[in-house]
Amino acid sequence: MPQALAQRTVPAGSARRARRFPPEASILLVLVGLALAFELLGWIFVGQSFLLNQQRLVVIILQVSVIGIIAVGVTQVIIAGGIDLSSGSVVAVTAMVAASLAQSSDAVRAVYPALTDLPVVVPVVAGLAVGAAAGLLNGTLIAWTSIPPFIATLGVMVTARGVAKWYTRGQPVSMLTDAYADIGSAAVPVMIFLGTALVFHFALRYTRYGKFTYAIGANPQAARVSGINVARHLIVVYTIAGTLSGLAGIVTSARAVSGQAGMGMMYELDAIAAAVIGGASLSGGIGRITGTVIGTMILGVVTSGFTFLRIDAYYQEIVKGAIIVVAVIADQYRQRARGQRA
Amino acid sequence: MRGLASDAPDGCLLEVRNVSKRFPGVVALDDVSLQLRCGTVHALIGENGAGKSTLMKIIAGVYTPDAGELRLRGSAVHLSSPRQALQNGIAMIHQELNLLPYMSVAENIWICREPVNACGVIRHRELYRRTHALLERLRIDIDPQAEVRTLSIAARQMVEIAKALSYESELLIMDEPTSALTETEAQHLFAIIRELQAQGKGILYITHKMDELFEIADQVSVLRDGKHIGTDSPRNLTRHELIRMMVGRELSQIFPREPARPGAVVLSAHELTLEQQFHDISFDLHAGEILGIAGLLGSGRSKLAETLFGLTAASSGRLSIEGCEVRVDSPRAAMARGMAFVTEDRKETGCFLALSVLENLEISVLNRDFVRFGFVRQRAVTQACAAMSRLLRVKTPDLHERIGNLSGGNQQKVLLGRWLLSGPKILILDEPTRGVDVGAKAEIHQLIARLVAQGMAVLMISSEMPEILGMSHRIMVMHEGRVTGILERAQADQVKIMDLAAR
Repeated sequence: MPQALAQRTVPAGSARRARRFPPEASILLVLVGLALAFELLGWIFVGQSFLLNQQRLVVIILQVSVIGIIAVGVTQVIIAGGIDLSSGSVVAVTAMVAASLAQSSDAVRAVYPALTDLPVVVPVVAGLAVGAAAGLLNGTLIAWTSIPPFIATLGVMVTARGVAKWYTRGQPVSMLTDAYADIGSAAVPVMIFLGTALVFHFALRYTRYGKFTYAIGANPQAARVSGINVARHLIVVYTIAGTLSGLAGIVTSARAVSGQAGMGMMYELDAIAAAVIGGASLSGGIGRITGTVIGTMILGVVTSGFTFLRIDAYYQEIVKGAIIVVAVIADQYRQRARGQRA
Repeated sequence: MRGLASDAPDGCLLEVRNVSKRFPGVVALDDVSLQLRCGTVHALIGENGAGKSTLMKIIAGVYTPDAGELRLRGSAVHLSSPRQALQNGIAMIHQELNLLPYMSVAENIWICREPVNACGVIRHRELYRRTHALLERLRIDIDPQAEVRTLSIAARQMVEIAKALSYESELLIMDEPTSALTETEAQHLFAIIRELQAQGKGILYITHKMDELFEIADQVSVLRDGKHIGTDSPRNLTRHELIRMMVGRELSQIFPREPARPGAVVLSAHELTLEQQFHDISFDLHAGEILGIAGLLGSGRSKLAETLFGLTAASSGRLSIEGCEVRVDSPRAAMARGMAFVTEDRKETGCFLALSVLENLEISVLNRDFVRFGFVRQRAVTQACAAMSRLLRVKTPDLHERIGNLSGGNQQKVLLGRWLLSGPKILILDEPTRGVDVGAKAEIHQLIARLVAQGMAVLMISSEMPEILGMSHRIMVMHEGRVTGILERAQADQVKIMDLAAR
């Protein structure tokens, strides 16, 4: 019996070691802790349960699903050693473009009067294309001109916001088709969020794309020596992030049943925060989608919890900021503890 | 003897008493006691993981010991930071250079101690004057105003030494100071060390190079697995005895000399030129041979290797592989032609320090194998990596350990493994055993010899004369970007090589 056990625990290198704790464990504990704290406070101050409310559980994820979709892309950019500040503005541009192609014939002043009541696939594809184009621009700027990602995406962020306003001279786009609005209704955004998270979780862990992304973030020079086309790969990563921002823009406009140039304001920072809370390291090479999903949920729980306790929205932002900083500090301690042994 | 040596009755500068240090899962130091005297060079040797670095870091105040104490000139001291160690006259020169690349030499040396005027503004003229005087005293020819990032590794090392000496320290800890230096530069360093010794300073000298130790050390202490094995004068010890103390086992041979059985020409360079770096380099590399490249730093050796591997494009010249003229304009293209390249700088261009051993091993081979429709066949690639790790005898708890937690020798083995997984025909090695302990070094040498016996063609750059002489079948010597000679193994010796390299 002990022999059989020994054989099972030391297979010929094929088995993945069961880590004592996955890196997400600590952040998951924070999520659970926060939820329980709100539960407790709920019984004391509001007299009802925070968690045992199916509607609220859906809302918690629903209100952060757009941030979550962006964060899935941003996480990949951060793992590759970059940053993407343009996501929020790209949400606005795609929301405008997609909405303008999703107007119903009832619309009084349609952006394209000849193009109303189009099948829902048209605005969706157009929105994704706009997002991809913005991401491609980010990636190309960073890979070819070697300007820092912070600056390149800052430029695209400002420009994209401008394009969103210029597109309809600041006018909102409304009266969208029912089919389009369905994308944002009920739990569809949640499913889109979790679906993208699942896809890219697998992509990062089990595909060559994922392996190369981690390698480039950990050491771009070594990645080049190892035969990775770093420039091309970075363009792919930023394009994926842009496309996901586009997807987030579609969901946002569908939920609001309109497109507005002010949409997605500061979303990029929430998305970065979600990734960082989830353990992604801004120095690159470290991060996981599962962590980002938990990070997104933490943002959602805090928002819902404060609303539930009827606390001012101002405090919400103060606490959110503190959580981000504390998460990064905790992460640094964790890394230092690991590095000590070298 | 002048100075503070008189404070302690027997000239003992530093005493390490029963020091132990534990890290999670490892006993790094186990009841180690040492005595360091004034005016001596005390060498500390041992395989990687023997506890040298830990002991050094305890003396330099980076770590505090779990048990035991340090006594400086007879009285116990508690060093809780490198700064405190410096204030007590203990300075450390790190193996991995810790200079600020965008600041000048002078600013680096006097950092936090800059001469300032009454308003706290730095007096740059005074700063440069001091630096100039310091470098002059050490006979180091470096511009105090040069930005550190523009300097070669050897020059940076010299700056580190100057910085340590600028504290007027009594005890200098040197961690493999010659690992990036050429013979001449090392001799220069030894002259400086002897000078310091004459001034009554104590020097704790960590090294992997035996020859150095016999040349420079008055005392040598051997550590193995965190334990102090013994201390003696190198005069009473032979090289063989020392190696035996370090590894606790007999090394059958230091260099596995395989007879040359060169096959067809696999790589041929014709008048390869990279402006400002090297000119008109022509050579043939045969299957089943090791072509060593010797030369001082700045001879263009590493640039040549980078160009061959497609990291930088040659300005002119031709390259053929197995008789066909080829254009290698990216590492990917080089890999497609069967080339592999283990770079000189593990930290900068080799390891993905944040990633695991497995992720470091598999990355190159994923370019051409173990991938189906973009999906990595993880089980197969993990098996291949595990087999490679066993073949190279990489010491790691498992494949999921972060490579940053491995010793230098094991990191180097992983990098070699990364390239061997891709099954190369031509292996380019740039300083394959830099900063690698004796045991791992011998293993790497044996592995290279075995690969060559199986028909691999190896181009090996090395600054270590014994390695070049011991391993190569032919030796190409470079000087300031030109080939000054290609020697057959039989006719090559240290004098001839130095003559060609430093003419």
